[in-house]
Amino acid sequence: MSNLLTVSPSPHVHASDTVQKIMYRVIIALIPALIWSVVVFGWDALRVTLIAVIASVGFEYLAQKYIMKVRPSVTDGSALITGLLLAFNVPANLPWWIIILGALAAVGIGKLSFGGLGTNIFNPALVGRVFLLISFPVQMTSYPVPRMSDVDAVTAATPLGLLKEGLMNGQPVSELLGQLPTATDLLIGNMGGSLGEISALMLIIGGLYMLLRKVITWHTPVAVLGSMFVMAGAFWLVNPEMYMEPAYHLLTGGAMLGAIFMATDMVTSPMTGKGQIIYGVGIGVITMSIRLFGAYPEGISFAILIMNAFTPLINNTVKPKRFGGKK
Amino acid sequence: MNMTILYTVITLGAIGSSAAVILYFVAQKFKVYEDPRIDEVEQALPGANCGGCGFAGCRAFADACVKEGDLSELYCPVGGNDCMSGVAKILGLDAVKKDPRVAVLRCNGTCEFRPKVNKYDGATTCHIIHATYSGDTGCQYGCLGCGDCCKVCDFDALHMDPVTGLPVVDEDKCTACGACVRECPKDLFELRKKLPKHRKIYVACRNEDKGPVNKKACAVACIGCSKCFKVCEYDAITMGNNLAFIDSDKCKFCRKCVPVCPTNAIIETGFPPRRVKEEESTQEKPVVNA
Amino acid sequence: MLKTFKKGGIHPPENKLSAGNPIQEMELPKVVYIPVSQHIGAPSTPLVKKGDKVKAGQLISKSSGFVSANIHSSVSGTVAKVDTIPDSFGYPKQGIVINVEGDEWEETIDRSPDLVRECSLTGPEIVQKIQDAGIVGMGGATFPTHVKLVPPRGMKAEMLLINGSECEPYLTSDHRLMLEKTEEVLVGTTLLMRAMGVEKALIGIENNKPDAISLMKEKARGYKGIEVVPLKGKYPQGGEKQLINAATGREVPSGALPISVGCVVSNVGSAFAVYEAVQKNKPLFERVVTVTGKSLEKPCNLKARIGTQVAELVAFAGGLPEDTGKVISGGPMMGKAVASLEVPVTKGTSGVLIMPEKEAGRGEHLVCIRCSRCVSVCPMGLEPYLLMTLAEKKIFDRLETERVMDCIECGSCSYTCPSNRPLLDYIRFGKANVGAIIRARKN
Repeated sequence: MSNLLTVSPSPHVHASDTVQKIMYRVIIALIPALIWSVVVFGWDALRVTLIAVIASVGFEYLAQKYIMKVRPSVTDGSALITGLLLAFNVPANLPWWIIILGALAAVGIGKLSFGGLGTNIFNPALVGRVFLLISFPVQMTSYPVPRMSDVDAVTAATPLGLLKEGLMNGQPVSELLGQLPTATDLLIGNMGGSLGEISALMLIIGGLYMLLRKVITWHTPVAVLGSMFVMAGAFWLVNPEMYMEPAYHLLTGGAMLGAIFMATDMVTSPMTGKGQIIYGVGIGVITMSIRLFGAYPEGISFAILIMNAFTPLINNTVKPKRFGGKK
Repeated sequence: MNMTILYTVITLGAIGSSAAVILYFVAQKFKVYEDPRIDEVEQALPGANCGGCGFAGCRAFADACVKEGDLSELYCPVGGNDCMSGVAKILGLDAVKKDPRVAVLRCNGTCEFRPKVNKYDGATTCHIIHATYSGDTGCQYGCLGCGDCCKVCDFDALHMDPVTGLPVVDEDKCTACGACVRECPKDLFELRKKLPKHRKIYVACRNEDKGPVNKKACAVACIGCSKCFKVCEYDAITMGNNLAFIDSDKCKFCRKCVPVCPTNAIIETGFPPRRVKEEESTQEKPVVNA
Repeated sequence: MLKTFKKGGIHPPENKLSAGNPIQEMELPKVVYIPVSQHIGAPSTPLVKKGDKVKAGQLISKSSGFVSANIHSSVSGTVAKVDTIPDSFGYPKQGIVINVEGDEWEETIDRSPDLVRECSLTGPEIVQKIQDAGIVGMGGATFPTHVKLVPPRGMKAEMLLINGSECEPYLTSDHRLMLEKTEEVLVGTTLLMRAMGVEKALIGIENNKPDAISLMKEKARGYKGIEVVPLKGKYPQGGEKQLINAATGREVPSGALPISVGCVVSNVGSAFAVYEAVQKNKPLFERVVTVTGKSLEKPCNLKARIGTQVAELVAFAGGLPEDTGKVISGGPMMGKAVASLEVPVTKGTSGVLIMPEKEAGRGEHLVCIRCSRCVSVCPMGLEPYLLMTLAEKKIFDRLETERVMDCIECGSCSYTCPSNRPLLDYIRFGKANVGAIIRARKN
């Protein structure tokens, strides 16, 4: 034996999972939806994604190295995910400088100003997205037309946007149905919308992969989608002419992307299953409230950010069930 | 349109004034009388909230000073005598006078003198190492080198020396608040009398093992040979647990104990260099960062 | 559907390298180093002095209180000195060093291998014999067994649980005991039942030991009231509270002893020691130790005398491998890394594990990403991430209300943390401080 013996407190073995592996699993889970966006929007989708990723990773590296003066931690993959998710949340025809501004807001304001990975309160990608949505409402809501669509136009509205506009003009749902994409189109994602949010199917595939690899638990997505379904269903039952059917809400407006990828962000979601359900229901209810009564057609970004703010409170009040009962 | 503005002004005004009324009554209801001298005493204190006095911050100390009505048990080591006489003046009491003190690390087990015998790989705080095992050197009494003391120092007076692996006290900044004394799991810090020019003579070792054992673990350990004890003319040195201890209040700084120590465990700092006695200076003195 | 405990738990790789190797008798060492404190509670008081001749099985250090245990010489020879010897923490503790001369045992000890089933002693007499023999919990906790058997006033034991789960990776000593000394373990269980005055005993064995389950089940038919319960493998099933939960579904309340739900838990090794003490008059002075490790030449299960240095066990198992990075006394989850191979085998040493250099280090730890895995694996339903932060910041009152004292230090949180954070290190630190605060409050 050449070296000195190592001494450390127990345990002496460790599971093979690392932060990096978890992050890369999330990236793998995002790939199907990314491929689909390229299919639908062409190479523009890839351009936006690349700019967002490079900008996010670059900002994180530069800020950590020169402003925070700590060792850059870009290899953990979290900035990469922030970039990807930011790209997923913007239209595929967004000018490059807006994307870079978004990445700066996401990484700089959303993440590093709180101390970096693990200490941020709000989902960085959503901070970036909401920042852009408020600053550049026109660019952020003029979506490119899907390539296989037969509509002859430069920009397309999202299904929820169409619905909202129609309802505001006093048209009943039955009249609007003709203008809206069909259920199959919604499921596979043949519609206008942000780059990554359109295909529910691809997102669900990614979600199932993450569930299988234990990156996420079922609590948050099920709670978000379930509560949206219940709330939308209740209103639909009361007046199907005024309110759209619940399944439609689940498949549109980034609900899937939000529920599966954004709300489940580990850093900003509660620690216990019970807490995650409360958090998910909160997101679902706020989202549906915005969609049904608010000015914005989508709203899940705002809902997640609002519930992010409640996460510390949920963590403090919702405790796991202790072994041995109450003291 | 004017009506709208009027409504707004009236509504907000009403809310504001009702809140003011509520606040007024609440403030009356929950009013707590505090001796105004507590504020005065607090003003006179350094305001470091270090806890060196044994209370949780300066306010608590000021409170105790006023309520106790006697300052003989109370002392702010950071403010020192000046501060305490100020407090005494406010309260019309007598303050105790104490010599200024400074924290001293009683271990000189640098990487060079005290070789590692195993590798520690766990949470890097001294307390956790202390609870885990005896440490990564052969000496179970010595400095663990994780710098818990530096973290608790409110006055930026303690820093780890990357070469020796030991903390170094910045005597100009040290206020003798005692935070490091309380923090060190090995009880290595002592508050010793502060002299001009950073003069100190102390035994830089806490090893209670028998001579042969600790000599193997550390080259500059006190082996309890009592030579210093015998040479001291002022009864300042006491022996116990295979260790010598120099009482800084009794020590007259005659420096006689220093050269007799066979392991150079007694350290002197701040003195002019000795007139060289050739026959004795064969051995290099341990380097001390004063 | 196999039973297991409800909350949390992990599945570390089992690595039971020595499961197929029968228990071997370790050759006698030349010198033994017997610490006088090998148990939880007051250290015992040495009865011998330098130069005394002792026999194997002779009482050399007497228990100094109720929660304490006798220590017997494990060899015959001359006492070389009564001095300090380093314990597994590296701190010097009082111990007795004996030079081995021959192998002479006390005459009262029955050295024949025959199984003795009949026992005419009453419960209290058995407890007395267990106390005299210095038997402690041999799973590693080393709590004196006789203390457990006498329930505190107002409590009544309903059943005995024998822990044969051996959920620690690598270790196989209990497994081998159940296979090779099946009947002895069962007789020991019966004796423990009589000592406690209960009619029912459950032996919990994890399903990764199907041979032990079937053998124990078959032999247990001949013993009244003993039932073998196969358990679904999950760490830390061997923890007292987890085992009770798994086998009976009961939950020991926070801060209470297992007796509060009518259970007493003992280890397979302890049951075997009880058999030897009561039926063979043999005090506890040797035990089965698993010596194992991936790069070790001959992983084995050794019957070693208490006080044998770990270095000798390793030498017997083929010598210390070239790439050794860490030596652990016990299993990889809860065992202690030792600073030197000179530490002796004690009553609680269930194994010696040699870890290669590349597995020895902890690796760098990153920030907490709040993945909540520590929360989901904690078998006590605690929030390790929070406890660590609170301990780091020394917020001890909050730590207490977050029930840090419930932590069983199983290490599941540190094991599973993807950021490699030293959760348990800090929780232990917090526990020690909160424990001191609670004790100070009581006084």
